[in-house]
Amino acid sequence: MIPATAFNLLRYALPEVIVAVTGLAALTVDLAFTQGRRNSVRWAAAGLTACAGCVAAILVLLLRPLPGALADGMLVVTPLTQMVQVVLVAFTILVALLAVNSDFTHHIGEYLGVILFATAGMMVLVSTQNLLVIFASLELLSLSLYILTAFDKRSPRSSEAALKYFLFGGMAASFFLFGISLLYGLSGSIELGEVAAAVTSHPITPLLAVAMVMIVTGFGFKVAAAPFHLWTPDAYQGGPTPSAGLVASSSKIASFFVFAIVMALGLSAEAGALHPSTATWTPLLVIVATLSLVIGNLAALAQTSFRRLLAYSAIGHAGYMLLGILANNANGLRALVYYVITYALATLGAFGVLAALEKEGVDQIRDLAGLARRAPFLSFCLLVFLLSLAGIPPLSGFFGKFYVFSAAYFADSGLLWLVCLAIAMSVVSLYYYLRVLKQVYVRDSEGEPIATPLLTRIVVGFMALLVVAFGCFPGLLLNWIGSALATIPH
Amino acid sequence: MNHFPWLSALTLVPIAGACLALLAGKRRGAARAIAAASALGSLAITIYLWSAFNTASGAMQFEELHAWIPALGVQYHLAIDGLGLLMVVLSAIVVLISIASSWSREEHGGLYFAMVLFLQAGLFGTFTALNFIHWFFFWELSLIPAFLLIRLWGGAARARAANQFFIYTMVGSIALLLAFLALYLATGRFDFLDLAQLSQQGQLVPALAQNLHWGGLSGSSIAECIFWAAFAGFAVKVPILPLHTWLPSAYAEAPSGTTILLTGAMSKMGLYGLLRVLVPIFPQQMQHWLTLLLWLAVASIVWSALVAWIQTDIKRMFAYSSINHLGYCTLGIFVVLKLAGDQINRAAAMNGVFLQMFNHALTASLLFWFVAMLEKRSGGLHGLNDFGGLRKVVPVLCGTMGIAVFSSLGLPGLNGFPGEFLIFKGVFPLVPWAAAVSLLGLLFTAVFFLVFLERVFYGPVNQRWAAMPDLSLGERLALLPAIGLMFVLGLYPQLIVGAMNSTVMKILSQVRF
Amino acid sequence: MLAWTIYISFIGAAILMLRPKASARTARVVALVASVATLALVIIATIRFTPGELLTITKVPWIPSLGIEYHLAVDGISLVVLLLTGIVGVAGVLFSWNVEKRAAEFFAFYLVLIGAVYGVFLSFDLFLFFVFYELAIIPKYFLIAIWGSTRREYAAMKLALYSFAGSAMVLIGIIATLVETGGKTLNLVELARYPFPLHFEMWVFPLVFVGFAILAGMWPFHTWAPTGHVAAPTAASMLLAGVIMKLGAYGCLRVAMMLFPAGMGAWSFHVLGLSSWRNLFAVLALIGIVYGASVALVQRDFKFVIGYSSVSHMGFVLLGLMTLTQTGLGGAVVQMFSHAVIASLLFAVVGRMVYDRTHTRFLNELAPMRLAHAIPFAAFTFVIAAMASIGLPGFSGFIAEFEIIIGTWQAWPVLAVLAAVGILIGIGFTWRAMDKAFFGGGATAEPQPAAPHAALPPITIPEKIGALILIASTVVVGVYPRLLLDLILPALNSPLFDGLRKGAWR
Repeated sequence: MIPATAFNLLRYALPEVIVAVTGLAALTVDLAFTQGRRNSVRWAAAGLTACAGCVAAILVLLLRPLPGALADGMLVVTPLTQMVQVVLVAFTILVALLAVNSDFTHHIGEYLGVILFATAGMMVLVSTQNLLVIFASLELLSLSLYILTAFDKRSPRSSEAALKYFLFGGMAASFFLFGISLLYGLSGSIELGEVAAAVTSHPITPLLAVAMVMIVTGFGFKVAAAPFHLWTPDAYQGGPTPSAGLVASSSKIASFFVFAIVMALGLSAEAGALHPSTATWTPLLVIVATLSLVIGNLAALAQTSFRRLLAYSAIGHAGYMLLGILANNANGLRALVYYVITYALATLGAFGVLAALEKEGVDQIRDLAGLARRAPFLSFCLLVFLLSLAGIPPLSGFFGKFYVFSAAYFADSGLLWLVCLAIAMSVVSLYYYLRVLKQVYVRDSEGEPIATPLLTRIVVGFMALLVVAFGCFPGLLLNWIGSALATIPH
Repeated sequence: MNHFPWLSALTLVPIAGACLALLAGKRRGAARAIAAASALGSLAITIYLWSAFNTASGAMQFEELHAWIPALGVQYHLAIDGLGLLMVVLSAIVVLISIASSWSREEHGGLYFAMVLFLQAGLFGTFTALNFIHWFFFWELSLIPAFLLIRLWGGAARARAANQFFIYTMVGSIALLLAFLALYLATGRFDFLDLAQLSQQGQLVPALAQNLHWGGLSGSSIAECIFWAAFAGFAVKVPILPLHTWLPSAYAEAPSGTTILLTGAMSKMGLYGLLRVLVPIFPQQMQHWLTLLLWLAVASIVWSALVAWIQTDIKRMFAYSSINHLGYCTLGIFVVLKLAGDQINRAAAMNGVFLQMFNHALTASLLFWFVAMLEKRSGGLHGLNDFGGLRKVVPVLCGTMGIAVFSSLGLPGLNGFPGEFLIFKGVFPLVPWAAAVSLLGLLFTAVFFLVFLERVFYGPVNQRWAAMPDLSLGERLALLPAIGLMFVLGLYPQLIVGAMNSTVMKILSQVRF
Repeated sequence: MLAWTIYISFIGAAILMLRPKASARTARVVALVASVATLALVIIATIRFTPGELLTITKVPWIPSLGIEYHLAVDGISLVVLLLTGIVGVAGVLFSWNVEKRAAEFFAFYLVLIGAVYGVFLSFDLFLFFVFYELAIIPKYFLIAIWGSTRREYAAMKLALYSFAGSAMVLIGIIATLVETGGKTLNLVELARYPFPLHFEMWVFPLVFVGFAILAGMWPFHTWAPTGHVAAPTAASMLLAGVIMKLGAYGCLRVAMMLFPAGMGAWSFHVLGLSSWRNLFAVLALIGIVYGASVALVQRDFKFVIGYSSVSHMGFVLLGLMTLTQTGLGGAVVQMFSHAVIASLLFAVVGRMVYDRTHTRFLNELAPMRLAHAIPFAAFTFVIAAMASIGLPGFSGFIAEFEIIIGTWQAWPVLAVLAAVGILIGIGFTWRAMDKAFFGGGATAEPQPAAPHAALPPITIPEKIGALILIASTVVVGVYPRLLLDLILPALNSPLFDGLRKGAWR
């Protein structure tokens, strides 16, 4: 335990600080220097600031001494958290770059600022093992996301989505807080290791069960798992494209990571270590996973809006990822992190394509008709993203599924039926992804070729490249996750 | 066996010729020349084989034996005895006649001649192969060109005729295939000679009983099932009543050149099968059913002669006459299995069969050649009543055709006589009733041929054909060797009987056990 | 060297993908060069191959944490299917010579598909195998959905979902295998030696077998095949029937049967007279043979006739596999080759030579056209293909079906007889289709004047070359089946198939 002096705090929390300060900087740059200029100039200036800050944060992250734990687990820095934080910041850069060419708002500085605050919240979220800090950072993240969702003031849908998101989010947060208080009541601590020691030392009590349900409800909302998913389609459809991308990608990574950490370290394990035995919360997560798989994938079949389809597919994917948590061991965590990162890449990529098509007003699937003739490059990238989501090799989505499924089955052969269900549902999912691709490639349209900004194409192309590369060479990502995981005791 | 592979060469010559003819395509003259050259080449090889053949031995000669599909015990096994020799010679002659008859038919292009040559390859292969798979390959190979020849160049009702022909022979082939499959499964052999040897040693039925379990049937019942399946395959090809119904329409609708092939050579495939396969492998079964078999043969003879009588179409009439003549052959073959009989009589019958096979090939081919000439001169007509009084208009044609008709009728001095005579000489002492009933067939044959002569050659001249040209010099020259051969064989049947004698003895020895 | 078959195909595809605006001419030349090069590689490798060996081409770690390797190797059986892929691949390009619509994309998808198929046939790591296997699904979908005809989108989706459902079952099997072996290896050679517990094989075998058999057109999971074949453009029909269905059959043999032979052992109980998965699948295969042939007998669409005939002929492959005799298995592999060549030839005639000229596939509309006179080469080719298809001796189909029937006889005589009935029905439908389509059989109308079909464009040179390649393949194998059997049988006798031999080998 490192003493929680101000210096140490700054030393270990420097990346988060940098990101938060960058948020303020972007705001300042926009308000103070480029006010009144053309939007493109303002986006460029603020975006450059944000990206520079993020790059700096990544550098600092990589240079930060490891591992470290401060103030009763309020700040726990391990190679694993470092890795996830790097990924989160990288995603923020991608989202910012995608946002730069949009024109849904004049409040450019504010928009980028809030994105960076959300990022800061996520960074804290993943590097803590203290329930209260988790709650606080979760709220920072959530509030930022509500704002981001509501940012398109010209669109009533945006406001409606944000309102729904906010109402459900608020309720979920209160459930989560209630769950934490019950845990505190049971264990007398809000530090994960101590909670675990207390709750696993004796058989499960009704109160503990209630606490678990509350906690799972809170996280279930964040990761868009059924039956806590009702906000998702609206937020995906109504929010500005970059916001929806952020909700769908890095917010997912952070939430799933902390979900896994809490379930594994806080509710099932010997103090502070990953424990391979079946946890008491398994039935609970099995129910949530089953519902997510079935509802997400089946409801996606009926969608006519591309974004709502992505939303339901996200719910389905939450089901797959819950299998990684259910494995409840290092292997499962590794599979989960791989899955969620590659999933986030593919989803953000799909939103990136949508962002590039913003001017075309694409919402319905049929609006994509003939896209392959009008924008061959974007169409090809979309093909890569959607097929990765469907789990077609050699794209990363396939390996993610393979790894998560085998990890879950490895850990507990009783999960075989759930694995089978998940695989069956992935067959269903291919149908709706192909429906989209059918419009893109098969149908004809008379539309003119679509001009897309070079930057967007580079960003989307880069993500497509990563999706392919991580699929063909899963080792690139797995080794990184693996070496980071190796430092966690188990 | 380090001699030149004459038998492979014999099969390859027509295949090569066919490929060249295909390449010649629409250049009819070239295709025709290639076909003729190929057919002459084949004939030359067969004549060489005849001269090099050791007539003193009934054993297989010119043998070629190579592994082909070892996993299934399939070998590339070619050899001929007297029977095979006779067959390849007659095939070569028949194909030559067929090509000659199509010489000036404009509609017969490169594809036609290619098909004829492919069919010839099938014939040669069938008559030389001794391993079932290998043999079956050629058996079927002859089927496709025959079908196409009828289907593409036949008369008005060709579709039906071709389909009927194909379906009948195909069903027969499948029956054969299944029969040999069963034999293979029981014995692990495909080779005719091996199977015959097993049968001679009395091991076939026990092997069937041991390795096949068909709902508790005994070994001998299984053997009988297999025998009948194989019999059906051959009987369709010959044909033997009641499997003959495809034949008249096929013969009538096929272009005459093809009919020559069908009747001259392909019908012999069936007889060859009876002699090469059924008699050596299933002698007991044949004996068991001998009475029925004899009735079938007799029925073929009498019934077809009767039906020929009432035909109004020359080709149909000759078609039924073919069934009739082949009936004598089957009768002669079946009679050989009459064990109680005298060896000399059986030998006589068998010799008669050999002669009759060759003679029927020659005579029937010639008859249809003449039909082809009539068709050519009349623009394709071949009805019995379409002509009349031709004797006055085209005396040479009628004279030569008359020779062929009388040969077919069995006039002594011509080739038709010695064969039928020998068969009856053998059959009478062995199965008098069969011979007696068959004589009726002989009688009816005389009647319907006379009807033919009366309607076509005699009577008032049909003015339509008053200007019909007689045989050209080329036709006369082409006919000359064939007619000559008829006389030669009529007067000196020993030419064939002498060469076949040891083979006949071997076949007879196979049914003595 | 063989690995380059995969790379060349993918490189060709990449070139075309990067230049989607390339002219049709460029596109087909690229495709032709790539496919001919791969075929040449396969032929050279076959000539150099020593029968019976297992030739490792590449073996490098890929995902070490799960014991997954990039492991390419060939044995005799792989070579046979590689050969058929190469032959059909080249012929497919030749028969797509007239594709003008989005030609670069067409050939790009085509080459991806070919490359993936090569990958499957070369893979000796289960995971890698599966990766290539699934990779083949997507190009199929687009080839049909974009360039297809009758109900193309429906057929393409059906095909994609059936394939994916099948591979989902396989995926479960692979994950189970991975877990069962402790996640150390997915190397097929190792797995073939691994002593799986009996109860494990008993449930994994049927799962994986059915998963693959869906793609092989096993009744009752065959329904994708006729619709898919009919809707697909000619080259895709050729690949579907010729190669993709073989993927399934190859998977059945290489994965399901080779790794989990004990799964074919007897159950401890009887259901409807069936006492093992092997019995059940043999009966399903037989139903496929007879059902496919019977349905083909009553089709009015020429292509549907061929589509159902594929179901019937693939039934022979599965039946041969289930015999577990050397003869039956050998016959099944030969039948894979044979059906690939013959079916692609049939589809080439129907789809390219006939449909692209007459714009109808209905037998009743084709009958009055007397195509035998209008396009004699097509008629000639189809007659040859039909003869090969019904299994006349001298063509590859004969020796294959013959061996399968012998093998079946040794296992279940009754099924052998019924399969022979299937062959008879096969003769019937082939006959009917040929007669109606080319010779005007059953046409009520008199032959139309020469004008309409005089207008039919003549058969082009690429079509002729393609047809001759395929005809030559079936004839060569038919006349000299040892070309393939000498590759197949030593492979079946190699240690890889020890499990099968120990089980029920006769």
